Amino acid sequence: MPQMLPAIVKNLFSKPFTVKHPYVRRVPFPEHRGFITFDMTKCDFCRDCERFCPPAAIKVDPDAKVITYEPFRCIYCHLCVENCLQRAIKADYNYTAPSYVKEVKYYKPEQQ
Amino acid sequence: MSSSTGQSQRKYTVLPFGPQHPVLPEPIQLRFTCDEEKVIDVGVNIGYVHRGIERACELNDYRRNVYLCERVCGICNFMHALCYCRAVEEILDLKVPDRARYLRVIWAELNRLESHLLWLGLFADAMGFESLFMQFWRERELVMDMQEKTGGNRVIISTCVVGGVRRDIKGTLADEMEQSMIKLREKVKKLEPVILKDPSFKARAVGKGYLSKDLAIKLGAVGPTARGSGVEKDVRMTGYEAYGELGFEPVVEKDGDCYARALVRFYEVLQSIDLILKALKVLKSMPDGPIKVKPERWPEGEAIARVEQPRGELFYYVKGNGTPYLERVKIRTPTLANIPPLLAMLPGCEIADIPVIVMSIDPCIACTERIEYVRRG
Repeated sequence: MPQMLPAIVKNLFSKPFTVKHPYVRRVPFPEHRGFITFDMTKCDFCRDCERFCPPAAIKVDPDAKVITYEPFRCIYCHLCVENCLQRAIKADYNYTAPSYVKEVKYYKPEQQ
Repeated sequence: MSSSTGQSQRKYTVLPFGPQHPVLPEPIQLRFTCDEEKVIDVGVNIGYVHRGIERACELNDYRRNVYLCERVCGICNFMHALCYCRAVEEILDLKVPDRARYLRVIWAELNRLESHLLWLGLFADAMGFESLFMQFWRERELVMDMQEKTGGNRVIISTCVVGGVRRDIKGTLADEMEQSMIKLREKVKKLEPVILKDPSFKARAVGKGYLSKDLAIKLGAVGPTARGSGVEKDVRMTGYEAYGELGFEPVVEKDGDCYARALVRFYEVLQSIDLILKALKVLKSMPDGPIKVKPERWPEGEAIARVEQPRGELFYYVKGNGTPYLERVKIRTPTLANIPPLLAMLPGCEIADIPVIVMSIDPCIACTERIEYVRRG
């Protein structure tokens, strides 16, 4: 304990290291792998993202022209972003907010 | 529950410790047979968090398995991915580029820093030394930030793939990382007197949970548990990835008690920082090049790989049959190897020392749960 005393006294007068999370949001670094969005004007329904997705969170239906994306199944590895030849998947560095419902997102060309 | 001892007619108490206990982050049950405050015998029960990952590995494409293996253990996720990739690369005869080998060492050592600083905090917490716990966890944030900046995530960095790595560390990022590691070394060095001299820390750790060198070898202890008992046993000595070129020597303490194991981990923190700085220096002098090679066929055959995790030796066995799907993946995590030494350390200790001794092997139970027996009838 005597060895810790200087640190304890210093901590009494220094600013807190933590942030008050729900009120102050910690902004992730730009390199952080955050949520993804599909740009349907560029997508050619090649199904590469579906093949690469480890947890099978993306399902592409080329006939119905629909992409089904489950954010709560996604592990945010960004393999789809790296492997999309059309560069149709946009990556953001922010993480998704928690939610009460496991929502599923549908992307269709006419949504644009 | 109690039983008599025959002649003296003294009654022993059986004390269940876990599966839910404040000192345990994960469920394991230890049953202590106690004579008043003294532990006489101990039994163990695991199997509360079996997740079936080995079976799931057989249902996935072998390249996707990397992301599944990372989730075996959160705290040493890169090591699991690295070990799996090394096993698959051996089957495929892939030669990983030089740059990727050094990058793998950097991330592996970042994982070790993260794990050891977390453990040092938790160990202080187990003995009721809350302010030291806070200090270690605050310094650990530097490591977490570096993982987020270089890997893309705070905990599960997903940078290892079969044939190399996904991201590169160069330019300003390498400089920033170097500065960050030098800063971390200064901060950790400030905590050295607490570990070396503090009477309350020493009173709770010195002489507790003694494991002799012979017993450590006999029971197959791995990692800091073995090195704390004077056994020079570290998979990094085999020189996998770039460890051979960086000049690695294991940290060994001879006392064999909880304090020796804490010292091993503390000095490994400083050693990991040095290894990262050495690897960064080599990376900076190295010309830009490929960081990944592409596998050209499906894995056919079998291989094993070993990697030194923060807790000890990690072992992967992989068998492929010429299709994208693997036939078998077997994982042995270091905590499974360290449970028999733990059971040898506990008899003879006081009840109040149980949390400190249990924490001293750094139990990671969710990783250990690879098999579950169901008794029928």
